[in-house]
Amino acid sequence: MTTTLYTSDHEWLAIEGDVATIGITDYAQQQLGDVVFVELPKAGRALKKAEAAAVVESVKAASDVYAPVTGEVLEANAELAAEPALVNSDAQGKAWFFKIKIADKSELGGLMDEAAYKAHTA
Amino acid sequence: MLARDDQDSLKRTPLHGLHVSLGGKMVPFAGYDMPVQYPAGVLKEHLHTRAAAGLFDVSHMGQLALRPKSGKVEDAARALERLVPQDVVAIAEWRQRYAQFTNADGGILDDLMVANFGDHLFLVVNAACKAEDEAHLRANLSDDCVIESLADRALIALQGPKAEAVLAKLCAEAPSMTFMDAGPRKIAGIDCFVSRSGYTGEDGFEISVPAGDAERLSKMLLESPDVLPIGLGARDSLRLEAGLCLYGHDIDTATTPVEAALEWSVQKSRRSGGARAGGFPGAEKILAHFDNGASRRRVGLLALGRAPVREGALLFADEAAGAPVGQVTSGGFGPSLNAPVAMGYVPVSLAALGTKLFAEVRGQRLPLQVAAMPFVKNTYKR
Repeated sequence: MTTTLYTSDHEWLAIEGDVATIGITDYAQQQLGDVVFVELPKAGRALKKAEAAAVVESVKAASDVYAPVTGEVLEANAELAAEPALVNSDAQGKAWFFKIKIADKSELGGLMDEAAYKAHTA
Repeated sequence: MLARDDQDSLKRTPLHGLHVSLGGKMVPFAGYDMPVQYPAGVLKEHLHTRAAAGLFDVSHMGQLALRPKSGKVEDAARALERLVPQDVVAIAEWRQRYAQFTNADGGILDDLMVANFGDHLFLVVNAACKAEDEAHLRANLSDDCVIESLADRALIALQGPKAEAVLAKLCAEAPSMTFMDAGPRKIAGIDCFVSRSGYTGEDGFEISVPAGDAERLSKMLLESPDVLPIGLGARDSLRLEAGLCLYGHDIDTATTPVEAALEWSVQKSRRSGGARAGGFPGAEKILAHFDNGASRRRVGLLALGRAPVREGALLFADEAAGAPVGQVTSGGFGPSLNAPVAMGYVPVSLAALGTKLFAEVRGQRLPLQVAAMPFVKNTYKR
């Protein structure tokens, strides 16, 4: 079963067991505008919670994507690196950024569910 | 609440209501609440301007009239030549020229457009500098000129390959204008000042219109399916691809016109050996740069990878070692090139086309190459 959680920095995490698939929310892509470049972490990289893990760039500006939890990167989305505009067309689907093996599931406690995130962006 | 307070203190152009009604995403810019983009988004707005036509609100810029007390426009031109290194006297009636206000160190206080309107000069200056520019003009030219701020006028730009056809429907004389022609024209019966110029590299027009008529005129232009409203985001990516300087970024008080690769804008008459050589602030340094060369130069930079290289990125001659040799002053993604584009300053020894350099981005040195500007061929109607 997949649980989806959200951060206040507008990332989503789809959690299955101890693996989280991470991307930016549809709200975030609307704020960013046309995405022209993404830089993704390499598989094997150890990320600490709140560390800058990826970069998403629109025509106007570059924004960091932070690791919402501590863990090891299992895979980055090569399709997204080749076609950054996927962030605009399918932010919470095909445009996932990377998968991470969650080191400490207690870190998930501070994240929002969908209703809380909706209230956060309202 | 802070954001709200800030927004309330921002000035609004006469087209503010139109921007909001068109869904413009409003941001603070040079003290004004301005649209950075509309629902179409920066990418589409940029590409649409190059493919058809875009309408820009640039009413935040300063418009000034310089009226000679003698009644002879040549006296206003001679007076203005005390502040700029351009040949203003030679600007023919109903023509416009690009210029810079310089300071005593040879740096640039602002860049501007100067048009000869028969009995006076018409100036357009940058929004962020307009108060200082007006004070500078009053302090230095008041003996010879009456300086009039035309704050009751809006300024819009219609840019792109369809601009001429769109404007021709409301102004039959528009097609006969060529690049840098300027003067009064009636557009749909409204008394405007029109110039065939812009800030995109495309053919197009800049239109000074009485504030009270600005929304009506803009709506008439937007009625054409060829015209989309364009925000500041695409304005910046368009001018960057066109290789045009943004004041406060690519040129400022620390760059001379020669360092900025703007030699073309300084006519021979104002250079050493010319009929009216020197006589502008910083002439000694600027003419020395003309005569002996400057040590650094503004160049175009094309990244070899996909990552945009942005303003402030340090430039290196070598992938691994060494101190920085320069800095990027403007950079981003060029939608028409579908690639990152930038400009910056480098030592003249590294300014030759094709020179390979590296920009430091997030701790990595990314390769780029010195490239000719404009990056996208301009389409001015000469």
